[in-house]
Amino acid sequence: MLTISGLTKRYGSKNAVGDLALTNVDLTVPKGQLMALIGPSGAGKSTLIRCVNRLVEPTEGRIALDGVAVTGTGATALRRARRRMGMIFQEYALIERLTVMENVLSGRLGYVSFFAAWARRFPRADVAEAFRLLDRVGMRGMEDKRADELSGGQRQRVGICRALIQNPALLLVDEPTASLDPKTSRQIMRLLVELCAERNLAAIVNIHDVALAQMFVPRIVGLRAGRVVFDGPPEGLTPETLTAIYGEEDWTATIRALEDDDG
Amino acid sequence: MGDSVSWSPPPLIRNPWLRYGLYIGAAIYLSLALGTLHLNWARLAQGLDRGWAFISAFAHPDIAKHGREIFEGFVESLTMTAVATAAGVAISLPVGLGAARNLVPMPVYLLCRGIIAVSRTFPEIIVAILFVKMFGFGPLAGVATLAFATIGFMSKLLAEDIEDIDASQVEAIRATGAGPFQVLNYAVQPQVMARFIGLSVYRLDINFRESAVIGIVGAGGIGATLNTSFERYEFDTAASILLMIIGIVMVTEYASSLVRGRLR
Amino acid sequence: MAIWACWLVTVLALVQCWNILNENTIWDFVYDAPAQAGDLIGRMFPPRWSVLPSLWQPLWDTVNMATLGTLLGVVIGVPVAFLAARNTTPSVLLARPLALTAIVSSRSINALIWALLLVTVLGPGVLAGIIAIGLRSIGFVGKLLYEAIEEVDTKQVEAIEATGASGPQRLIYAIVPQIMPAFAGIAVYRWDINIRESAVLGLVGAGGIGLQLNASVSRLAWPEVTVIFAAILVTVFLSEWVSAQVRKRII
Repeated sequence: MLTISGLTKRYGSKNAVGDLALTNVDLTVPKGQLMALIGPSGAGKSTLIRCVNRLVEPTEGRIALDGVAVTGTGATALRRARRRMGMIFQEYALIERLTVMENVLSGRLGYVSFFAAWARRFPRADVAEAFRLLDRVGMRGMEDKRADELSGGQRQRVGICRALIQNPALLLVDEPTASLDPKTSRQIMRLLVELCAERNLAAIVNIHDVALAQMFVPRIVGLRAGRVVFDGPPEGLTPETLTAIYGEEDWTATIRALEDDDG
Repeated sequence: MGDSVSWSPPPLIRNPWLRYGLYIGAAIYLSLALGTLHLNWARLAQGLDRGWAFISAFAHPDIAKHGREIFEGFVESLTMTAVATAAGVAISLPVGLGAARNLVPMPVYLLCRGIIAVSRTFPEIIVAILFVKMFGFGPLAGVATLAFATIGFMSKLLAEDIEDIDASQVEAIRATGAGPFQVLNYAVQPQVMARFIGLSVYRLDINFRESAVIGIVGAGGIGATLNTSFERYEFDTAASILLMIIGIVMVTEYASSLVRGRLR
Repeated sequence: MAIWACWLVTVLALVQCWNILNENTIWDFVYDAPAQAGDLIGRMFPPRWSVLPSLWQPLWDTVNMATLGTLLGVVIGVPVAFLAARNTTPSVLLARPLALTAIVSSRSINALIWALLLVTVLGPGVLAGIIAIGLRSIGFVGKLLYEAIEEVDTKQVEAIEATGASGPQRLIYAIVPQIMPAFAGIAVYRWDINIRESAVLGLVGAGGIGLQLNASVSRLAWPEVTVIFAAILVTVFLSEWVSAQVRKRII
């Protein structure tokens, strides 16, 4: 279970008023729950997700995963905490010049020595798990391809494998579909939902496509200007709540699109 | 596939014969090359003392002993640098224009490219030997050397820049009925001027470094002073000269990065 | 107005420079220059091709100096580059300035000057040449490589960091693969330059074909000088071609 309490992030100098990216965010994500984070650009979605694994250092507040503190720890403890959190990126962030297999195995870096990483000598169990994962996401036989030879959807599948091989308790997913076409987007979202269910994984998914979030995710959190303004099931997203999150606009089309898909 | 648990990244060179052939070839070459060293340990041991004397000379460089020679050497080097850069850049303008395939007819192009090729092929120091033979010892041979090298460097880069310019702008000016010089002035110059000035400043920097070298063969500048100090084993003087060269290069490099930054 | 002031200063400076040159030049020699040039060319031809067989050994030494010197420069230059790059340096206050100073010092001083120094210290020979080439290459490799390191895609590094990888692991897994093409290009390019430089190092006694050149020039054996020039030119062209081919394959 992930608990975030009083999380505040201020960019710029500590004493100055600075830009408040996040203000006093409290969130709890229970084991196995899929949570979508929606909100306009600059609302702090990306900052929030990066604060959880401290790629961005929080200014104030506490974060803990399964009772183990993530904030306020030293470098070694932080690396240990990061092993328990798989991250998936908008533009895949694969190492472009390495093979698919090396990219997947990079998820085990937190568990192996420097020399194992240097010589690419990973434990056999890790390699077997990598093959199983590639098989599961439909990438069998692609392990020796270089990442820059893959299509967007394939890259994101490799990205998912890299996160899952960490054997995480939580997935941090940053705009997984923003660089993909609509069909591939749905495939990737469906894959994520299935995998989380299979492994009883919690996940925070940043997503700007409200319809896609409503379609796949049971809990939605709306962020506006660094504050949580909505927290509830997708059915709770009425034109009023969407206005509260994104501002004044005609929302009927967005909501109807969802109903069409369900029907 | 799914059952196999060992995996190693595919090798960079897929053909094993070629791969191991290259490894073995590299090993043989290295052993042969190292074999030609003919190390003379007695001489090296003697060298260690001198090496240490030289390194410790950096801790107490001595400018005073040969202050006048050092000062004159640097003034001469800087003078050579300035004159050679100015002259070289001035000459490289027409040569560079002439070496741009999109501006001039074929014979002019070939002539100018020929000049560039000759200038770029020979190392400065060899050119310096020839100019010293022609002009006699002294800074003029150095100026000629540096200017000669500058022509090749600047003309080539200028020509490449001109060949890369936006052709539609040239056409647009030509379409107004402008003559060749007006085309140069209105369509070509604005597109390449900033980079040309930047490159000139960069070349000034290179020329100073080179001016410290060509003195070794008698073409004037601080190189001659440096050479003498080494020959007399006056390491403290040599150290002070080297430190000053490093200092001046740092200053000119910083200045040229400033100039280039402002032009961009 | 300011522009005109600049021009005025430039012109005055050039005039002053000219005066300095004037004092240090014996103009009789200069008036004589065209005749000297004609005389020189006359003496350089026909080339004495019979010296060619005696040039193979010095040419081999020249190539070896360039290759081993490049290796030396790369071995030292790569760690220096990682110390100098802002995103990989262990300390911005200490290691980075030291590495940058090493790079500038190496770059400011021409291989010939390094050779001059090393010949005094180690005695004449190929070893002095190798070390001179190596010392000069450190700055070149270091500067270009640290710029490449600073330009890597930070998203890829971030992704590796997010897996819980340690700092050295991040370096080897996320940064090294990204800079490999740049590194190979830099090394081969420097080797090509080093062939040119090692051809003239013999002028100060550091071995290679330059020794022959120096001997022939001081004996005023100009027909031999022509052959040596030709040998240097061919070597330089060959190395340039090899380097261009390798770089084309990499990119």
